[in-house]
Amino acid sequence: MKDRNHLANIGLVHQVNVIENGLIDIPMLQVLQPDGTLHPQAELPTITQQLGLKVLQTMQYVRLLDERMVAAQRQGRISFYLACTGEEASTVASAAALEPQDMIMSQYREQGALAYRGFTSKEFMDQMFSNQNELNKGRQMPIHYGSKPLNFMTISSPLGTQIPQASGYAYGQKMAGLEAVTICYFGEGAASEGDFHAGLNMAAVLSCPVIFFCRNNGYAISTPSEEQFKGDGIASRGLGYGVRTIRVDGNDVLAVYAATQTARELALAHQCPVLIEAMTYRLAAHSTSDDPTSYRSKDEEGSWQLKDPVTRFKTWMQSKGWLDEKHNLAFIEQTRQDILKELKLAEQVPVCPIEQIIEDVYDTPPWHLKAQLAELKTHIDMYPEAYPKTSGRS
Amino acid sequence: MATMNMLQAVNNALITAMNDDEKVMVFGEDVGHFGGVFRATSNLQQTFGKGRCFNTPLTEQGIIGFATGLASQGSVPVAEIQFADYIFPAFDQIVNETAKFRYRSGGQFSCGTLTIRTPYGGGIAGGLYHSQSPEAFFAHVPGLKVVIPRNPYQAKGLLLASIRDDNPVLFMEPKRLYRASVGEVPEEDYQLPLGKADIVKEGTDITLLAWGAQVEIIEKAAAMAQEQGISCEVIDLQSILPWDIETVCSSVEKTGRLLINHEAPLTAGFASEIAASVQEKCFLHLESPICRVCGLDTPYPLAHEKEYMPDHLKTFEAIKRTVNF
Repeated sequence: MKDRNHLANIGLVHQVNVIENGLIDIPMLQVLQPDGTLHPQAELPTITQQLGLKVLQTMQYVRLLDERMVAAQRQGRISFYLACTGEEASTVASAAALEPQDMIMSQYREQGALAYRGFTSKEFMDQMFSNQNELNKGRQMPIHYGSKPLNFMTISSPLGTQIPQASGYAYGQKMAGLEAVTICYFGEGAASEGDFHAGLNMAAVLSCPVIFFCRNNGYAISTPSEEQFKGDGIASRGLGYGVRTIRVDGNDVLAVYAATQTARELALAHQCPVLIEAMTYRLAAHSTSDDPTSYRSKDEEGSWQLKDPVTRFKTWMQSKGWLDEKHNLAFIEQTRQDILKELKLAEQVPVCPIEQIIEDVYDTPPWHLKAQLAELKTHIDMYPEAYPKTSGRS
Repeated sequence: MATMNMLQAVNNALITAMNDDEKVMVFGEDVGHFGGVFRATSNLQQTFGKGRCFNTPLTEQGIIGFATGLASQGSVPVAEIQFADYIFPAFDQIVNETAKFRYRSGGQFSCGTLTIRTPYGGGIAGGLYHSQSPEAFFAHVPGLKVVIPRNPYQAKGLLLASIRDDNPVLFMEPKRLYRASVGEVPEEDYQLPLGKADIVKEGTDITLLAWGAQVEIIEKAAAMAQEQGISCEVIDLQSILPWDIETVCSSVEKTGRLLINHEAPLTAGFASEIAASVQEKCFLHLESPICRVCGLDTPYPLAHEKEYMPDHLKTFEAIKRTVNF
């Protein structure tokens, strides 16, 4: 054991010293200007036309998916939906900077990252209709996706719980000697949860290769960020925990891509956490249960429409001569048709048979669950009309 | 065989598990170089390195969140919560995350390799916040297993089984017995089955049921009753969730009477669940009402600890009342 002195690096003062403004300037990385032109001083990340097209198409895809599913909820076909409109660049471009072996632990507005990984329209629809084809067996509300093959951890509703879990997951990756990191998405509201502080501190102290990706979209449902925290956003907290920190324009694909690429390199090289605060705006309502007109103005939304991340990146792709307009319109039309086709198919598929209600509680069902299932099945047989989804199927 | 106290048996089980599987990692507050406030993790860091046995910051929700994520990655975490009284900041992680991890993902992801160790229970002058027995809170959570040993032999065998079980297990250690309970423990690797009760002593007039440190209390009461000609069957439940209803009901069918003893407060304690289930299964065999001898429905008191405890004398009186009903 070596002697330690935790005062060693602290200077002295001899009058009461109150730090009234401990903030330091944390600038925001921006590569593309809101009009889609390259910032004169910006350093362009290495990006190919193929990658650019994949990012653009994924962003367009989730926008179409969001439009379709908000409408499906309004029609009463699904119970709930949560759009990511306005935040597509944050999730899609960050996922693009990762490798397939990297684990994604998300909050609930990261369908862009999942779509980028290759989640299909069928898989999206099976989840939202909680049918028997769904990878998670239809046990959770719409938008709680999860895919083991795509290294996308199943989402849970409680906010911030995935943050310390991501630290632990990354620690396991490090101990197993894997060339992989974990990315953990969350909002600026969730960063008020205790789990945020626990997770960042543990990752820093235990040297976990994890990227904490905060989407600071200005609102936690209706609560604006100035009623959420007093300090300088979420980035300032990273510094407090001794975590390397980057603030980035979340509506700028190239900036998010560059920041996440750097974060991944740092996390692997130093086996350390990195915090990214992506400054963005939730153009959508919080969810289909929310009405933003009661807490923000049309003018405010309009000013952010001008910073639309999809338009911004598309303009840049066009300026590079990398976008074939005709081809892109055909992609959009085809995607729209595919989504609708899969929606119609998925809503016809039945839910899992009743036997599955007791599966996966434990590795094998213990006696009391078997007894409860047997009793339930007898009851369903007595009143089949009352339980139309499961009666008469086994 | 070696003579060990319960701490040595726990320590020995951890060494056995870590030698057997390099994915086993032990962590919590002060468990590193220091070896834990009770010394249950002594020498683990020195033997297995800082990567596999380490201190965490002082954050119970962080410890369990971290452990849940680590387990889902494929490691085998054994996380320590320093006192069961301090497990509540981690309640959300345990109840909403750990316990539901497999179910909510349709079996795609699991944190089943996780074991949470925590010392619980009174009798050490610990007052409100170093004495609680919170097993009933966790017995209410589908997806968890809850296991409590009564002596060093059970502690090693049940802890090894818990670490290797593919479900998250809350392993609660009766800290009153950490040094007080001494016994013969095999030095080799062995496991005792989870979900099984252990008949400690056979008898014919009444079944006495307890777990953890209270097993020796009901044994003592049974010895007193024996002198009065009452033959008690003594059962250690060992696993609270899932619990061994078969062994308990077979015994009650034989004796016709049941007394359940636990340190935790009476109301909504796990004895209530047992009583409800047993009366349902054994109604026509019962000669008297099922009796609960438990802690009072007060916070755990310091000055009145002795009075609060469901001790052998309270148990002995309850045995007589039940047999003479």
